[in-house]
Amino acid sequence: MPSTKAGAVPERLEADQVLSVRGLSISYATRRGAVQAVRDVSFDLRRGETLAIIGESGSGKTTLAVSLIRLSPRTARITKGRILYRKDDDTIDVASLPDDDLREFRWSECAMVFQAALNSFNPVISIWEQFLDTAQAHGMKNAQEVRARSGELLRLVNLDPERVLRAYPHELSGGMKQRVLIAMSLLLKPSIIILDEPTTALDILTQRAIIDLLRKLREQLGFSMIFISHDLSLAAELADRVLTMYAGTVVERASVKDLFYRPRHPYSMGLLRAVPRVSGALGSVVSIAGSPPDLIDLPEGCTYNPRCPFVIDECRVREPELLPVDTPQHDARCIRWKHVAELLGKDEAVVSEKMATAT
Amino acid sequence: MTVSGDITVKGKPLIELVGVSRTFKTPGGVIKAVDSVSLALGQSEAMCLVGESGCGKTTTGRLLAGLLRPSSGQLLFEGKDVWTTKGEELARFRRSVQLVHQDPYASLNPIRTVYQTLSAPLFRHKRARDRRGAVAAVTDLLQRVGLTPPADFLVKYPHQLSGGQRQRVSIARALSVDPRVIVADEAVSMVDVSIRISLLNLLLALRDEFRVTIVLITHDLAVARYFARKGRIGVMYLGRVVELAGSEPVVGDPAHPYSAALVAAIPEADPTLTRSKERVELRSAEVPSLLRLPSGCTFHPRCPLFEEGLCDVKEPELLPLPGSREVACHVAVRERAPAAELLAVR
Amino acid sequence: MSVAALARPTVRGRIAGPLASTLDFLRLMSRKRLGLIGLMGVVFFAILAYVVPFFVPVQDTVDVTAIYQLPSAAHPLGTDSSGRDVWNQIIHGGRDILTVGLIAGFFSTLIAVTFGSIAAVVGGKMDSLISGATDFWLTIPHIPIIVLLGSILKFNSIFVIAAFLALLTWAGLLRQVRAQVLSLKERDYVEAARSLDLGLFHIIFKEILPNMRSYIAIHFILAMTGAIYGVAGLTILGLIPLSGQNWGLMLNFAYVRGALYFKDSLWYILSPVLAIVLFQLSLVWLANALEDIFNPRLRSSG
Repeated sequence: MPSTKAGAVPERLEADQVLSVRGLSISYATRRGAVQAVRDVSFDLRRGETLAIIGESGSGKTTLAVSLIRLSPRTARITKGRILYRKDDDTIDVASLPDDDLREFRWSECAMVFQAALNSFNPVISIWEQFLDTAQAHGMKNAQEVRARSGELLRLVNLDPERVLRAYPHELSGGMKQRVLIAMSLLLKPSIIILDEPTTALDILTQRAIIDLLRKLREQLGFSMIFISHDLSLAAELADRVLTMYAGTVVERASVKDLFYRPRHPYSMGLLRAVPRVSGALGSVVSIAGSPPDLIDLPEGCTYNPRCPFVIDECRVREPELLPVDTPQHDARCIRWKHVAELLGKDEAVVSEKMATAT
Repeated sequence: MTVSGDITVKGKPLIELVGVSRTFKTPGGVIKAVDSVSLALGQSEAMCLVGESGCGKTTTGRLLAGLLRPSSGQLLFEGKDVWTTKGEELARFRRSVQLVHQDPYASLNPIRTVYQTLSAPLFRHKRARDRRGAVAAVTDLLQRVGLTPPADFLVKYPHQLSGGQRQRVSIARALSVDPRVIVADEAVSMVDVSIRISLLNLLLALRDEFRVTIVLITHDLAVARYFARKGRIGVMYLGRVVELAGSEPVVGDPAHPYSAALVAAIPEADPTLTRSKERVELRSAEVPSLLRLPSGCTFHPRCPLFEEGLCDVKEPELLPLPGSREVACHVAVRERAPAAELLAVR
Repeated sequence: MSVAALARPTVRGRIAGPLASTLDFLRLMSRKRLGLIGLMGVVFFAILAYVVPFFVPVQDTVDVTAIYQLPSAAHPLGTDSSGRDVWNQIIHGGRDILTVGLIAGFFSTLIAVTFGSIAAVVGGKMDSLISGATDFWLTIPHIPIIVLLGSILKFNSIFVIAAFLALLTWAGLLRQVRAQVLSLKERDYVEAARSLDLGLFHIIFKEILPNMRSYIAIHFILAMTGAIYGVAGLTILGLIPLSGQNWGLMLNFAYVRGALYFKDSLWYILSPVLAIVLFQLSLVWLANALEDIFNPRLRSSG
């Protein structure tokens, strides 16, 4: 486990806080120059809590997620900020951990579940070998121990160990592969699991199974979860709190109900309004105008202003701060949040419904 | 074999699949990706084919577009069997049914500008004779698909456009030959969530303004519901159409247990609703392989309404129910329209 | 701006097409250091081999008192076994080698691209025929064939040698072109071109092959380097009776006249070797840079 000396910082996290990201900024070196993929992101994660980070292309959510366990490519650099993690009674800064301590941190404190559809497996070795490799890379050397643990975990995710361990990745369906990745992440009993688009590219019934599985595992094992996705319905299912990201920064931070029923940032509102439901009334469903921004050439002022239906001149001058709004533990990066609040009120109804009666 | 088509299609169908099957050879054996599907579409229709992977919806779309040949059955366009026509008539059919692909990053040639991509079919089919005419025609197309100001887009390469813009260019390309039918194969699945609706609205607008029949293929039930509000949804399972109805009946009161399972399972962007949704428990989570299809109704091993001796023995036909809908399920038909089974055309 | 002008990709100012493309090309090249060096190297050797000989007469006089002299002001690269100036020989010795390389590279690429794309796009029996012939050709051992044909044919002209070398190298390239076209054929935009009924010619020459421009250009260059090594090697080994002067012959003479055993003859041997190697290196660096240049993603700042 990480020594108290490596990565130690003066800040202290409370007992029930497991992760606190403060002012994190990450830049990428590209052919066209340095790109600020993540700008000044801050959020907290409590023990047992589930946080959803929602965003579309160019939002920076994936860059953020991989940097939490420092798995970013070499072209990415953390330029500012802290990633504070509470281990036992100590608080360490993951952003400044040396490599050895980082390896211990990864997988045993915080593990990542990648997108099964995106070649997350080595195609030429069996699932068992992947388990063994992963376990041994993170300090579990005894093969028998690994075998016992893998079997236990695969049963936990409703897979048959006998059949799955000897199989090769291409022999498994998308849903099965995703379950294997979830099982692998639990090998060393981490406190935090990060999931990257866990249900994207999966069929409806398979998605349902994975969502129910995550719920069950969370209840049984008590880990904290961060998942990143463009799929709002996933957040609605599993999240306690939600972050909306746009152009590399957090534009809204709220509890799940506050975000879905009482969003205060025009982007969150636009996003929610752009997603049709299946059950219930369709309401007024409308797309967001325009296109996602080019991170190298961001607009002046608030990055959302070219697409925002509530834009005023001041929006083009200065990027707003993330400030509290009218419900507790709820922040939005918008100077017109009160206008949004007026439009939407505080009822427990989805945005598309509210806008249908408003117009 | 079924009475589909006559229910909601007024007059003669524009394009029709009649008892079409399509098999593929795979290392494990021969699979029937599409099994005896009959689908009739009229002019200006909005049809959505929905299903999970392996259900045959993409294959059906490609069969409709004439990109795949049926292994059995017929593809009729304006009453004529397409695969028996030749030469000019076949070429005319090819132009009349266009496909819009799923992947905006692969559907446009990366080394050709928007102008070059859109003008090529115009020149080829003599809709433009010189550069001036072509620029005017391309400008008009860009306007139709909402890429304004058009002059900005003419000289752009695909990598300079967003995913949504590329899909619009693909749609414009399909429109350049005045098609009667556009098959959009998962055309919004790889586009940002926040702009899917605008693309769907574009397709629906084309239907209204230019009387083009749109067939949308998708695995997303929410997209299907929105798109087919004024049209029909066809739910497919393992190569067959199991339910065919308007969008509200399918999501509000699904007749087929598989449709019901899908509607109940899909997560919704509404925390209270989605966490309290009642699930439909299926008897088995395993999807049968196309190489070893179950006997009788292929859904029977998973179906909560399974009746032994009936569902595992006899294959259900797509039969009409009251309310302009059809379903392929013995139990559903018996409970909702007892007389229908007797009326089934054999 | 006229409506028609709107249809052309952006050009700087109002300069006409070809000039603008050249300037564009140079601008892009200036960003790639190695490529620029390669380009300059190629231009240098091209001028050296084709232009300079018009201004510098051949120095053929034998001067036995000046055998294997070290480099000096009068003889920048020293002298050879007969006292002739090496630098002069380098100037005049490039033309044949480079010309063979160019012609052989051109024909090799032409055959490979034409038949490779036809085989891939048309498929069926045509494909089997072409692929079969190619595979057969690939299994033929080259050196024995050269020796055999060398005794039958008359290698007396550049053209014949070039064509011969082209015949030896087209097969490998054809298979690669065919594979590349086969994969491009499956792309969505090619399928769209088919259903829009745009025609075989359009599909091959406007949709598929332009996507392989860098591929083809690089292969042309590599075919050229292969041919140059081929002709140089064959000349050194004495299998091609080229007369006159060329870099390969210089090395052949060096070998035959025992220059390898003299330490003073270092420059005589090294010069043609360096000339060939430097030229090849320039070509390869140029080829590497071309890959990026042909990619439209890097052309504009958008």
